Formats: sequence, C-alpha cells, structure tokens
Amino acid sequence: MRRLYAVIRAASFLLLATAAWARIGTLVQQAPPKSTAVSDPFEGQQQAQLAGAKLFARECAACHGLDARGKGKVPPLNQADAREAKPGALFWVLRNGSLKRGMPSFAHLPEPQRWQIIAYLKTLKRR
Amino acid sequence: MKTDSKRCSRQASWLVFAGVFLSPSYALAGEGPFFVTYTHQMEEPGNLEITTKNVTGKPTGGERFLGSALEFEYGLKAWWTTEVYLDGQTTAHDSTVFTGYRWENRFRVLPREHWINPVLYIEFEDINGADKSLLEVVDNDGEADLTGLNSENRIEKKREIEAKLILGSYFKGWTFAENFIAEKNVRHAPFEFGYAVGISRPLALAARPDRCNFCPENFQAGVELYGGLGTHENFGLFDTSHYVAPTLGWTLANGPRFTVSPTFGITETSARFLLRFAVSYELDQFGRSARRLFRNNGVGQ
Repeated sequence: MRRLYAVIRAASFLLLATAAWARIGTLVQQAPPKSTAVSDPFEGQQQAQLAGAKLFARECAACHGLDARGKGKVPPLNQADAREAKPGALFWVLRNGSLKRGMPSFAHLPEPQRWQIIAYLKTLKRR
Repeated sequence: MKTDSKRCSRQASWLVFAGVFLSPSYALAGEGPFFVTYTHQMEEPGNLEITTKNVTGKPTGGERFLGSALEFEYGLKAWWTTEVYLDGQTTAHDSTVFTGYRWENRFRVLPREHWINPVLYIEFEDINGADKSLLEVVDNDGEADLTGLNSENRIEKKREIEAKLILGSYFKGWTFAENFIAEKNVRHAPFEFGYAVGISRPLALAARPDRCNFCPENFQAGVELYGGLGTHENFGLFDTSHYVAPTLGWTLANGPRFTVSPTFGITETSARFLLRFAVSYELDQFGRSARRLFRNNGVGQ
C-alpha cells in the first residue's frame, strides 16, 4: 500500500512539473491563438525591413546582440523559435514582454514600428 | 593592502565610466516628452538613463531662477525602475544652492499590456524650501514658493514621502498618461494632493529606413496639464496652481534626447510662465558592463 502511495505521489509530481513546464514554454508559445491570426502589414517590404533593422539596432541589440545571436541568458532571435513563429505571435511578445523573464514591453513603440522590427526578424533566416 | 584595494576600486570606477561613455551602445531615451507626468513605460532592465531636467522663470516679486534636477534612472527589473535625483537651483542676484535629493521607485503592477496600465510609485525626498525643480505640483504650491532669499528658504526642511498612481495607455500611436499624487511630510503637515495628465504622439508612426536626425519619427509632440488639489482637510481647486504645457521631444540618431516645454500658469496662484528643458541619454546595459568590468578586475570578490 505504501509503495502505491509513493508511486501516486511521484506520478502527481511529474504531472504537475510537466504541466508547469508546458505552461511556461517559450514566450512565443504563450501568445493566445487570437493574436497569432494577425499578419504583418509590412511583410516582404524591403523598406520596412531596413527600417526594422535600424529599430532592432536601437531597441533590441543591446540584449539580443546586433547579430541577434543572444547574449548570456537572453535568447537568440535568429533561431527556429523566432523564425518560424507567426508574425502575430511576435507582435504579441513585443507588446506584452515578460516581466518574469526580464523582457520589457515595447508597447511604447507605435504599432508600425513594431511590425517593421518583425519584418526585419523574418529576414534573419537568410543571413 | 588597503591602498592597493582602493587604487583598484578607483581604476575600476574609471573603467566603468570610460566603458559606458565611450561605448557606441545606446537606446532611445525617455518616457515620452513629459516633464511632470509619468507614463507606464519602465526603464529596460540594466539600462541607465541620465537626464538633466531644468526649469527657468521669473516669478512676480522675485528674481529669475534656474532650477535643475540631475536624474539617474535605472531598470532593476522589467517591473521595477529606480531613480535618484539631485536637485539644485541658482537665483539671480542671490546664490546657487544644492537643495536635496529624491529616491523614487516605480513598480509595474500587471504583467501584461492592457488598455489601461497601472504603475505604483513611491518616493522619499529630502529637500529644503529653496528647491525650485518643480518636479510635481501639490497642495497650494504656487508662485509665492519661488520667491524669497535662498538663505532663508533653505532653512525649511522637507522630508516627504510621495506616492503616485500612474495610469498609462497607448492607442494608435498616442500615449495617454494620468497621475494621481499624494504627498506627506514625515514629521507634520497634512496629506497633500496633486494630479498630472499628458498626451503625446510621435510625428510619424512608421520609421524611415535611413539613419537620420530629422526623421519625423524622432520628434514627439504632446501637452501636459498638472496642478495641486489641496490637502485632505481642504481638498479641491481653491487657491491652487495649475499649468498647461505643450512639449516637444527630439531624439538624435545617436541617442541623446532634447525636450523643451513652455509652461503657462492658468490660475492666479500659478507662475505666469516657466520654460522647461531637458537633455537625456540612455546607456544600454550599464549594469552588465559594470559587472563585467568589476569581474575582470577582480574587484569586489
């Protein structure tokens, strides 16, 4: 009987830990489905990508690196997570940030500038 | 041994300053073009923003003055920003005096962005009666507080706790901010109240692709309205001063930000006209640079 309780306890712990891990996931994964449906109005526009590169250097490079490879605990942005993420999910991350993980909100940037940054992020896969 | 340690610390301190000031890394400074009103924008973690906020005017029956506050704003966490102000002023035909310091902390309450976003603000200030930095207006503060001799005014000690509820919103490029202020002298005096509201917008919402000083997105225009609301015993607008202040901010391509705001008093208690101007510069990841320098020098181990 004791062994059964121990197994149940261990299984519950594993279940809770898995649930907690699944809930945390990456920041992009936390974006609600509604937000991911939005598309980037500047997608594929070269001028917007150039503007996005300028904004990235000013707003993001200090933490994520000018080459977007990340620094220390700060995640890279030229990896599959960001590259394959839907523009709407990236927009949600930029708007909300994550106070817990130290990612500030960039809601103070006007929406078009946030989309320009995302248009630039999408070009990183080709670099 | 102690001398070596001191020398090492001094060298490390110089390295920190040289490192951060010679570094090409910078970020866009500031929380909009406001002088008195706070938005809910927090300082990015690890960034240090240095600002000098100045105000000049000539009160009726007084001499022209220049009040100045040197501000060091640091992002401790994404949800916690701390600031230290050093205040001083100079008055024509009188003197130049250091008037005290302020230490303020802002805490973001909600983890996500909403249509309205609250931030809690708590400040301790140890200033004297000669202070003319006018970083907020509460109670019956007015033009009369800007007159008198520095030697007499500085005798009055003001050790005060100030709390603010900051509410901020962004909507289609517009920034809206509302602040409710409560202040209390720790020794005596009643609770004093004030308010500040502001609205601003960049001249262009999308950025231009080229690096430029005069791009319209580098300019932010807005207007602030602030004033006193009396005390808890005498709450209201009677005999209080209120100001309306158009404001314009300009951020250069390499980081420094200039802000100017002609300020107009709209009640009899208010100063007729004040001119505010500020220069700020934000040092990206100052905390990380400082830690790295100290680690490399083996100081503080």
